[in-house]
Amino acid sequence: MSQGISPERRPPNRSRGAAFIIAAGLAGIAALILVDAAGLKQDGGYAGVGPGDVPRIIAYGLLVLSVLTVVSGLKGDLPRPPRQAPAPVFWILGGLLGQVAFLHVVGFVISGALLFGMTARGFGQRPLWKAVAVGIGLALVIYGVFDQLLQLNLPAGPLERLIFGG
Amino acid sequence: MDSFSLLMQGLSAAMDPMILLYALIGVTLGTAVGVLPGIGPALTVALLLPVTYGLDPAGSLIMFAGIYYGGMYGGSTTSILLNTPGESASIVTAIEGNQMARQGRGGPALATAAIGSFVAGLIATLLLAFLAPQVVKLALTLGPREYFALMVLAFVTVSATFGDSALRGLTSLFIGLALACVGIDGLTGAARLTYGVPQLMDGIETTTLAVALFAIGEALAVAAMLTPPDGMHKITGSVRMTATDWRRSWKAWLRGTFIGFPIGSMPAGGADVASFLSYAAERKLTRHPEEFGKGAIEGVAGPEAANNAAAAGTLVPLLTLGLPTTATAAIMLAGFQQFGLQPGPLLFVMNAELVWTLIASLLIANLMLVVLNLPLIGLWIKLLSIPRPWLYGGILLFATLGTIGVNPSPVELGMLILFGLMGYGMRLYGYPIAPVVVGLILGPMAEQQLRRALSIAQGDWTTLVATPVSATLLGISAVFLIVPMLMRLRGRGRVLSQVAGDAD
Repeated sequence: MSQGISPERRPPNRSRGAAFIIAAGLAGIAALILVDAAGLKQDGGYAGVGPGDVPRIIAYGLLVLSVLTVVSGLKGDLPRPPRQAPAPVFWILGGLLGQVAFLHVVGFVISGALLFGMTARGFGQRPLWKAVAVGIGLALVIYGVFDQLLQLNLPAGPLERLIFGG
Repeated sequence: MDSFSLLMQGLSAAMDPMILLYALIGVTLGTAVGVLPGIGPALTVALLLPVTYGLDPAGSLIMFAGIYYGGMYGGSTTSILLNTPGESASIVTAIEGNQMARQGRGGPALATAAIGSFVAGLIATLLLAFLAPQVVKLALTLGPREYFALMVLAFVTVSATFGDSALRGLTSLFIGLALACVGIDGLTGAARLTYGVPQLMDGIETTTLAVALFAIGEALAVAAMLTPPDGMHKITGSVRMTATDWRRSWKAWLRGTFIGFPIGSMPAGGADVASFLSYAAERKLTRHPEEFGKGAIEGVAGPEAANNAAAAGTLVPLLTLGLPTTATAAIMLAGFQQFGLQPGPLLFVMNAELVWTLIASLLIANLMLVVLNLPLIGLWIKLLSIPRPWLYGGILLFATLGTIGVNPSPVELGMLILFGLMGYGMRLYGYPIAPVVVGLILGPMAEQQLRRALSIAQGDWTTLVATPVSATLLGISAVFLIVPMLMRLRGRGRVLSQVAGDAD
């Protein structure tokens, strides 16, 4: 399943920024865990280990990894990815966010068709309306199979009610 | 009753038409996802989990196992014809297989891969049937501390032993462990890391995480690539193997099987590790060293046998100990849990019929697969001509379908997008995906065993190394953690990074 990217090593200074961001993220997660663990009742029972203790150990582990990530970033050990094309990423993200926003308004088929269309557009399929049209067909089939036959409860919008009733 | 008669009973149960249908759906889907680049067995099982809520547990689990086996078959097709591994266990196959395809020997390469997969799948499934009851006997003697030690070993091998950086592997693992803490603590009922969001009480869904990391992360990474992958090599000439091909293949199949099965059944990495080791062995033992790198048939036969044998081997710790050692196994474990079944020694007592039907079905599935993959190979090749925009559009539509079907809340879908972005970032910077998924599923189990062990010992931490078994297991974990680090420091890390598995 890894058809994507084979990272390679590049000069150190270019990968530092990313290493710092990753390290900051890890430290941030650790902080979230530690704050939460501090608020838990220490209810260790016979084990002497309460609900907050294992998360705390994991948080300490994350802090250590965060420091090591900074070190490896300074040494330039972090692989630097090849240049990325940003536009397709935004098309796909737009499709996903659109689905979250409109799912309960327009139903599974239309929001899913938009996701399908925008993803296809991100992969270079033009024009957008044609991709969305294909998406409507596919989403209708999926809705028919999974909602009607397999009883998976998919949100219905005007289009679903028009075609499948109810 | 001995394994043989239990297996025979399982076989007769597996001949039930409904069970056969589930197995057929599983292997067909598995082959398809194995063939298609960008989706693998782990993702497919994750996508199907929500869909199978209402279906028959035995049938669903048989379908999942069929997907796993099928993925191993199908992956070779893509490796050979496209030079793009269909799933991670077929990376090595691409080396020699694609060279063979370039020389117009794609047919025999596909044949040796399929027949090798069959031989290996058959032997390894029988080994599974006869080994599993022995491991169960052993497993019944293990207490919480031994289980905890076993899980630590699995954590280490999944994250730090292979791949090109222990730091990045461990980081992935700890992200998974951190995510595993979200939700209600199983022992005290305290809500952890929920920050007042009620949807987080149930914890983070395995399917949401796996689908986001594998499907959305992969789609983003592929879409953002500036250079499109290689074109396809048409099969020219016969699919038949010549007498020489057979002579050179059969030993490689057997060696691959006996390398793959033990690797899969120990918590020592999954099918990708096995296929790499098999390739290395074939390269050492060959009488035609000059052909390696230029299309040596042993280099296809061995690894393809090894990855199938390893897939069967993975089921040994999964079924007998409840210990997943690969991402696919981890998600299958979630599948068992969805049906209220807990894999482990008790499964063989409480649900003996289900277990033996499952194992017997694998023998049948294997037979179906060789039929699907040899005479019908042309059909699968057609799948590769689906244009990528349609393929990935469909993948994303299906990826969101599972989450929407179970829980169409903005929180759940938001997590899907968030983890998808995380998966993209992880791919960019070479962080492996599998440890996150294994950490999420195995984390709470390890915590429970740890706290149980400490409860029994009244909080005395030395209890963890007090028995020879647990001490040895933790010792091995330490070795698996430290030795690869030393190897990388001394510049020998290239070997390890080639074995890097990232998905299945």
